[in-house]
Amino acid sequence: MDTSQYTKTQLVLLVILRVLIGWYFLYEGLSKVFAPNWSAYGYLMDSKGIFASLFTAIAENPTLLSIANFANIYGLILIGLSLILGLFANVGQIGAIFFLALYYLSHPPLINATYILPAEGSYLWVDKNLIMMSALLVLMVFPNSVCIGLDRFLKKNSTKAQRS
Amino acid sequence: MEDNTKDINPNSSKPEDKDNKKKPVSEGRRDAIKALATVPVLGAMAYGVYKKRKSEVRYNASSEMFRFKSDVAPLPAVSADDKIIRLGLIGFGIRGKQLMQGLGFATPEFVEDLIQQSKKDSSNNAYKDFVEQEDLRVEIVAVCDIFDTYATEAVAAGSNIHREGKNGKLGTPPKKYRTYQELLADPDVDAVVIATPDHWHGTMAMAAANAGKHVYVEKPMTWTVPETYLLRETIKRTGIVFQLGHQNRQIEAYERARQIIEKNLLGKITLVETGTNRNDPNGAWVYPIHPDANPKTVDWKQFEGDPERIKEYLDYMTSANLAGYVGPEARDKFSLERFFRWRCWWDYSTGLSGDLLTHEYDAMNQILKLGIPSSASSSGGIYFFKDGRTVPDVLQTVFEYTDRGLTMLYSATLANQFNRSRKIMGHDATMEVGSTLTVTVDPQSDQYREKIDKGIIKPGEPFYTYVPGRSVDAVTTATEKYFAERGLLYSFIGGKRYNTTFLHLKEWLQCIRTGATPSCNIDRGFEEAITAHMGTRAYLEGRRMYWDKEKEEITRG
Repeated sequence: MDTSQYTKTQLVLLVILRVLIGWYFLYEGLSKVFAPNWSAYGYLMDSKGIFASLFTAIAENPTLLSIANFANIYGLILIGLSLILGLFANVGQIGAIFFLALYYLSHPPLINATYILPAEGSYLWVDKNLIMMSALLVLMVFPNSVCIGLDRFLKKNSTKAQRS
Repeated sequence: MEDNTKDINPNSSKPEDKDNKKKPVSEGRRDAIKALATVPVLGAMAYGVYKKRKSEVRYNASSEMFRFKSDVAPLPAVSADDKIIRLGLIGFGIRGKQLMQGLGFATPEFVEDLIQQSKKDSSNNAYKDFVEQEDLRVEIVAVCDIFDTYATEAVAAGSNIHREGKNGKLGTPPKKYRTYQELLADPDVDAVVIATPDHWHGTMAMAAANAGKHVYVEKPMTWTVPETYLLRETIKRTGIVFQLGHQNRQIEAYERARQIIEKNLLGKITLVETGTNRNDPNGAWVYPIHPDANPKTVDWKQFEGDPERIKEYLDYMTSANLAGYVGPEARDKFSLERFFRWRCWWDYSTGLSGDLLTHEYDAMNQILKLGIPSSASSSGGIYFFKDGRTVPDVLQTVFEYTDRGLTMLYSATLANQFNRSRKIMGHDATMEVGSTLTVTVDPQSDQYREKIDKGIIKPGEPFYTYVPGRSVDAVTTATEKYFAERGLLYSFIGGKRYNTTFLHLKEWLQCIRTGATPSCNIDRGFEEAITAHMGTRAYLEGRRMYWDKEKEEITRG
């Protein structure tokens, strides 16, 4: 998509969407940094659906669990920074979709699935993770960090590099 | 005109020219602004996080106040050099089976069932937990049950030394005795685990102690009041290692609760609320009747009880005009209902007081060091299970501790399972005690007045929560508390699931090896038995019962 064809409103709204999703990821990550001894253990143990055994296996293996905890905390923070700053936004968006897919698969909103931590809404097959994934896909096909975001510099530099 | 037009727009071609050569300054700046437009969002995030952290200052305040000397140390591991303790088991019913599992023994059928369950449902860890449970270095050398089927099962469990399912390799089977007296006469038995109906506890524990065997006996330790004194005297005289079967002694949260009380964080305590809520036939002691049980497979004569105890029981019931609570069936009349559901009749049972109040009392006795109350009054009745039982299914007992200036309330129903937390209520705060602890500061507290006024403590909201298995003493998130209460966090303790029965048995066995005194020793057992008996007598006689401290006697008002 040629970004120069966006109207001003389209561009602003796309950037707002990107920044809001980035904010959500960044704070999720930071809150885990500040929570003493935060662990994904309980969340993983409460997994349901066809991949549940995979997630509980991760939780029950101390090494895998510590890797999952580390990846989750710093993954969320890096994705959040990437989306807010518009820096390597494509990579950030792919990462965000990957994380959301894991959350969706571990806690799928199935007909008979009940979770220890009840969701704040009512869901059937579709939940907010799935919707956010779709929103991120939209952002990927309507790139905007090259207009508003640090990727603008990268683009400039790469075109310069190509020219010279 | 043409010239004029050119003159009017003298710079019209300039941008194109410049683009070919060099960017204008203003566009470079616009570029930078566009690239950095969203950076201020990070400032907003930083400000928000800072404000949020500041508002959480009360968390830090609580972690400072609730700093403990040390974590509760787990029992040391059993070493391969530890002496093997040879055990005899008396009673292989519901509790006897659980105790044997706590010791690491179960019938191959039972283990097979666990294996099948874990195959069906990979999240079922029961088999894994059982197999991986620490080896306590014990041998089951003798068993005794007056129901043949249970006795045979006990032999099978005792010989299943590798914890295998069907067709596994068995060890030497334990000797099967017809009576507990024969089992106690066996010199190969070092110690016994007693899990019989209440009316046998005291008699068997005394006989075992007199035979020089260490004793683990289920609660309550006695059925009649007179035998309570006798048992205490016997245990003290013989010096054997005695543990009363209150596995709740091993709950880590109770030790924390005790430290909170010791630090006076609740202020003056005036009221303790405990209770039992259950709502199913099994919880009301309507246990299943085994199809193989009949007068040929059950030794009814032994079930009846020890003649001396029966005399003590009948003497009291007659002297207090309580003959209506005896029976109603003749004691020598065979009855499968009475055999399997013995808890429903005073003839064998200690009712709600002995079965369930004791758990609550022992929890509070650990935390508050209550001892024997100065008085007890009770009321209740048989309001739901009108199945011919003589013990009540609804019971309220109020214990007064006049020296301490506090009341302990026990409130129970067997026909509703609404969750009521145990509460220790002080002038400054209330502590809810379960597998987790929650302390909520009282709005009218004096101790915390300054902190409340400064907004550091928000009264009425949980101020401190303790979740077992965590070393950080800070307020935990609601999520963690939720998980912990559902038992999901317990496997963090030593990487294994908590089995309090196992821990309680282990403590007893370690004390036998080291000569130390177990946590639920004869003095605690005495306090508890007397307390429970006071509650029972108050219910039966319909009047308040007092404890004469000097004479160590239960007296009427």
